[in-house]
Amino acid sequence: MLKIENLHASVGGKEILRGINLEIKAGEVHAIMGPNGSGKSTLSAVLAGHPAYTVTEGSVTFCGKDLLAMPPEVRSREGLFLSFQYPVEIPGVSMVNFMRAAVNEHRKHKNLPPLSATDFLKLMREKKEVVELDNRLANRSVNEGFSGGEKKRNEIFQMAMLEPKLSILDETDSGLDIDALRIVASGVNKLKSPDTASIVITHYQRLLDYIVPDVVHILYKGQIVKTAGKELALLLEEKGYDWIKD
Amino acid sequence: MSKDKGHDNISDFTSGDYKYGFTTDVKTDIVKRGLDEGIIRLISEKKQEPEWLLDFRLKAFRHWKTLKMPKWAHLRIPDIDFQAISYYAAPLKKQVNSLDEVDPEILKTFNKLGIPLEEQKRLSGMAVDAVMDSTSVKTTYKEDLAKLGIIFCSISEAVKQYPDLVRKYLGSVVPYTDNFFAALNCAVFTDGSFAYIPKGVRCPVELSTYFRINASNTGQFERTLIVADDDAYVSYLEGCTAPMRDENQLHAAIVEIVANERAEVKYSTVQNWYPGDKDGKGGIYNFVTKRAMCAGENSKVYWTQVETGSALTWKYPSCVLKGDNSIGEFYSVAVTNNYQMADTGTKMIHIGRNTKSRIVSKGISAGHSENSYRGIVRMTSGAENGRNFSQCDSLLLGDKCGAHTFPTIDVHNNTAIVEHEASTSKINEDQLFYCNQRGISTEDAVGLIVNGFAKEVFNKLPMEFAVEAQKLLSISIDNAIG
Amino acid sequence: MILQEYIKLFNEFRSVIESNSSEALNALRESGLQALEGADGKALKEYETDFGLNFQRYTIQNDPYKLFTCDIPNIGAYLYYIVNDTFYANPQQQPLPAGVIICSLKEAAQNHSELVKPYLGRQMHINDNPNEALNAMLAQDGLFVYVPKNVQVEKPIQLVNLMYGNVDIMAVAHNLIVLEEGAKAQVLVCDHSSGKVKYLANRVTEVFVGKNAVYDHYKVENTTEGMTNVCSLLIDQQEGSEVVSNIITLNNCQTLNTIKAGLNAPHASLSLCGMCFLDKTQHVSNDTEILHHKPDTNSFESFKYILDDESKGNFYGMIKVLPDAQKSVAMQTNKNICISNDAQMRTMPQLEIYADDVKCNHGATVGQLDDTALFYMLSRGISKDEAKMLLMSAFVYDVLEKVRIPALKDRLKLLIERRLRKENTSCDSCMICGSKK
Repeated sequence: MLKIENLHASVGGKEILRGINLEIKAGEVHAIMGPNGSGKSTLSAVLAGHPAYTVTEGSVTFCGKDLLAMPPEVRSREGLFLSFQYPVEIPGVSMVNFMRAAVNEHRKHKNLPPLSATDFLKLMREKKEVVELDNRLANRSVNEGFSGGEKKRNEIFQMAMLEPKLSILDETDSGLDIDALRIVASGVNKLKSPDTASIVITHYQRLLDYIVPDVVHILYKGQIVKTAGKELALLLEEKGYDWIKD
Repeated sequence: MSKDKGHDNISDFTSGDYKYGFTTDVKTDIVKRGLDEGIIRLISEKKQEPEWLLDFRLKAFRHWKTLKMPKWAHLRIPDIDFQAISYYAAPLKKQVNSLDEVDPEILKTFNKLGIPLEEQKRLSGMAVDAVMDSTSVKTTYKEDLAKLGIIFCSISEAVKQYPDLVRKYLGSVVPYTDNFFAALNCAVFTDGSFAYIPKGVRCPVELSTYFRINASNTGQFERTLIVADDDAYVSYLEGCTAPMRDENQLHAAIVEIVANERAEVKYSTVQNWYPGDKDGKGGIYNFVTKRAMCAGENSKVYWTQVETGSALTWKYPSCVLKGDNSIGEFYSVAVTNNYQMADTGTKMIHIGRNTKSRIVSKGISAGHSENSYRGIVRMTSGAENGRNFSQCDSLLLGDKCGAHTFPTIDVHNNTAIVEHEASTSKINEDQLFYCNQRGISTEDAVGLIVNGFAKEVFNKLPMEFAVEAQKLLSISIDNAIG
Repeated sequence: MILQEYIKLFNEFRSVIESNSSEALNALRESGLQALEGADGKALKEYETDFGLNFQRYTIQNDPYKLFTCDIPNIGAYLYYIVNDTFYANPQQQPLPAGVIICSLKEAAQNHSELVKPYLGRQMHINDNPNEALNAMLAQDGLFVYVPKNVQVEKPIQLVNLMYGNVDIMAVAHNLIVLEEGAKAQVLVCDHSSGKVKYLANRVTEVFVGKNAVYDHYKVENTTEGMTNVCSLLIDQQEGSEVVSNIITLNNCQTLNTIKAGLNAPHASLSLCGMCFLDKTQHVSNDTEILHHKPDTNSFESFKYILDDESKGNFYGMIKVLPDAQKSVAMQTNKNICISNDAQMRTMPQLEIYADDVKCNHGATVGQLDDTALFYMLSRGISKDEAKMLLMSAFVYDVLEKVRIPALKDRLKLLIERRLRKENTSCDSCMICGSKK
C-alpha cells in the first residue's frame, strides 16, 4: 500500500530525514518510535504534504501512485489520513460545515454524489459513537476550546468519517489521560480492517498496549535504525533509547 | 483608603520638581536674535565651514521659508516667534585640547549632571560628547576609539576632518525638505555628534552624548549622524537637560542613522528637558526628527526612548527598512505631567523583503497633561512577508489628563502581516489594594506599578541608563511624596 | 468647478425645491448653502460628474412594489421604497402598531411637524462636513419613522433605496427615525442600484434613541458599477438605550459610510459592526466616531474587510471618552485580509481618552488567511478554494452573529457565501437586478 524509498527531507534548509525506507501492506499496523528530534513528526508531515517541508531525494508510492506529486488535499482524497499531534483550531468554522465539505470532496473524488444534509447528519451521529464524542462538540468551531483529549477524539472521529486506507496517528497519545487513551485506541481498533493500514507514531510504549503493532521501527537521526516485532517496543520501554545510540 | 483620597495622593506626587534646573555661569558667545541669510552665513563663518555646507544651509533655509508649522499633532503649539530666538550660543572659550582647558564652570555643570567627562570616569566605559547650548565641549575616549578606526567627535570637527563621509551621509536619511523643523535644523544646526563605525567593528563602549541648553533665549539645533558600516555594531546613548526658565525654549534636532549590511545600531534616549512648572509656565519645546535607514540586508536598528521632560514633545523616531531582512524596533516610555503635552511614536516603513518591525509604546499621563501615541506602519508592495507587531498601552494617573492613540496601518501587499493592539486604563485598584494589604503605601505602590508597566521598555536600555531612567520616572511621578 | 454649479443650480431652483418640500427641511437649506460656499471644493471630488437632480419631483411610471423585490425569505417586514430620492408609499401597507408612524419625511414634516422639528438636522455638522452641507441644501424627502413611548415594533422595518434610471442621477435624501422612551424597532436598509448609468447617493439618516429604547440598524449594500454611495448615519443615544448597528457592503463601486454615535446619557450602549467584501476596483471607507459623553457608557466596535484584486479599503475609527464619561468601556477591532497583492488596506483606529477610570482598547490587523488552518483543511481533502471560502466565512462570522434578525442572518450567510464564491449576490426574484431578468 505504501512504499517509501530512500526518502530525504528538510525543513528550513536543515535535513531531518536522511534516507527512510519503509513498506506497509494492507492490514498491517506499523509503529514508529524514536527519541525526540529523531524525525517522527517530520515523516508524518512529509507524507501528508505539509508545504514547509521539502523532499530532497527519494520516492513514496501510495497504492501504486506517486504520493509526492499530489497536493495535500488529493493525498487525503486518495485515502491518506493524518491525525495531527497538535490539531488546529479554526474559529468560526463549525465542525459540521468543515466535515461536510471534507466528506463531499472525498465523495466527488470517487464520483459519488454529495450527501444530503439529512444523510450527512445521520452519518455524523453514527460515527460520533466510535469515539464517544459529545454532541455539543459537533456544533462548535473546529477544535476551538476543545480540551486536549477532545481534540484527539475529534481527530479519530474525522478518521471515522473519511474512512482512509492509511491512517497516520502522530503522537495521538500525547496529552491524553488513560481513559481518553482507551477511547481513542478503541476507536482506532474499531476502524481497523484487512484493507486498511496504520502508522502509529509514538514516543512511549503505552499506546501500543491498546493498538497492537505488527511491526515496530525505531527512527533515529532521520533513519530507521531497527525494525522488529512488537517485542521491540517492550525492549525500548525497558532500556530507554540510549542503547540504540551506540 | 477612600477612592478620593487615592486621587489626592496621586496628584500630590505627580508634581515632582525638576532637579536639573540650574544654570551655569559661563561667558557665552551669543549671536543676535533673529533669522535671516545673514545669520546663517555668520554661523557658517564662525564654524569655518566649507562652501558646500553653507549652500546646504541656505537651500534648507529658503525651503523652510515656504513651509508652515505642522498642526496635525495633538498638541496645543503656541505661535513661536522664530525671529525672537538666538540661533547660536557657544561658550566663549575656543577649541579645547585637554580637560584642563575646559572652563571649570562647564566641568562643574557636567559633574552636576553626573556625566563621566573626566578621565577617571573612563572606567565607566562610556565615551561622551557633551553638547552645551550649541557647541560640542569635549569628547572623551576619542583616542582609544580611533585605534579601532571608530570616529566619534563633534559634527563640526567631522566636517573639517572627514568632509567626504559627512557630505555623503548628511541629509541622506532626513532631507532638508522632510518637514518644517527638519528644514529649520538644516539651516541653523550648530553642533552635535558624529559617529562612524567602520566595517566589521563592534564598538566596545557605549557612545554617549549629553545635551544641555544653558543660555536663555537660545534655541538648540543639534544634529547627530551615526553611520554603521557593514557588520558594524554600536550602542549610542543620548541624554538631555536644561535649566529652569520661565520662557519657553526651542529644541529642534535631527538624528540620522545609517545601518549598512548586517550592521546593528542601538539608539537610547533619556529625554529630560525642563518640562515647565506646575502651572505650565516655561519648558522646552522639543521638535525632533529622528530616522534610521536600514540600508543594508540584515541590518538592525533599535530605538529606545524614555521621555519625561519638555513642555511639548513632537518626536517620531522611525525606521526605513530598505534592506531585505532588516529589522526595526521602537520602545518608548513617555511620561507627561502637569501641563506637558507629548505627541510621540514612530514610523516603520517596510520596503525590503522579509523586513520585521516591533513597536512597544507605554504612555503615562498625569496632572493636566496630554499624551499621544502616533504611528505609521506601512508595507509597500515590495515588502513581501513584512511583519509588524505594535503594542501601545496608556496609563492614566488622574482624571484631568488625556491619553490618546493614533496609529495608521497602510498595507499594499498580500503577504504582510500587521498587528496593532492598544489599551488605555487607570491603575488597577486591585493591584493597589494588594500592595496596600502587604503594607506598601499607595505612593510606593503607584511607583512600583508604573515601573512595572514600563519595564519592558526599561529592559531594552543599557544598564546604567535603565537605572537613571527609572530614577527619572520616579522624579516625574512619585518624588514629591516624600 | 462642479460645486459652484450645484450652488448655482440651487439658487436658480430654490423656490421650486422649497415649494416641493416642507418647512422643516427648507429651514436647513440656508446653512447648507453657506457652509458649501465656504467649503473646500476638493472635499466633494466624487460629485464631479454632471448628475441630474430631480427638483420637479417626477415619479417613475411603475409601482416599485411590483417591479422590484428585495427578497429575504420569511422576514415579514414593513416594506418601503425610496427610488432615487423619492419615497413611494406602500399600497399594501400592513397595519402598524398603535401610534407608530412610518411615512415620507415630507409628509411627516407637514402632518406631524411637532415630531419632526425638534429632531431634524440636530445631529448634523453642516459646517464641518461638506457632504452633510450638500444634503442640508438639497434634500427634499426621505423616510420618517416614529415609535411612541413603550411601543415595540416586533417586525423589522425595511427600507429599500434603489437607484434606477437611464441618465446620470444624484439622489439626496434625509431619513429621520425617532424612538421614544422604552420603544423598540429594527430598521433594515438595503441599498441597490440597477442599470449602466452613473449614480451618486447622498443620504443622511438621523436616529434618536430615547431612554431605555432598543434600536437595531442594518444596512446592506449591493450596488453596481457606477454607483457612488455617500451615507451618514447619525445616532443620538439617551440613558440606558441600546443600539446595534451592522453595516454590510456586499458589492459596491465607491462607498463612504460615516457613522457618528453619541452616547449622551449614562448606561447607553452601542454595538457597531461592519463587514466589507471587495474586489475589482471597489473602494469602501468606513469612517466612524463614537463619543462617550457620559459615565457608564459602553461601546463595542468591530469591522472586517476582505480585499481582493485591486480593491481599496479604508477604516477610520475614532473613540472619544470625554472627561465626564468615567467607568466607560470601549472596545474596537478592525481586522482585514488582503487576498491579492494589489489590494490596499489603510486602517486608523484612534483612541482619545480624557477620563481616567475607563477600560478602552483597540486592535487592528492586516494579514492573510491562517496557513496552518488552511493546511489542516487540505489534509482532510477539502479543496483549496473551498477551504479558503470556509476560512473567509469564518473570518466574518462574529460580525454576522451580531445580526439580531434571524431571517436576515440566514440570508446574509448565503449571500456572503455566494459573494466569496464570486457568484451573483442579487435577490433571486427581483425583476430588475436579479436573476429573473
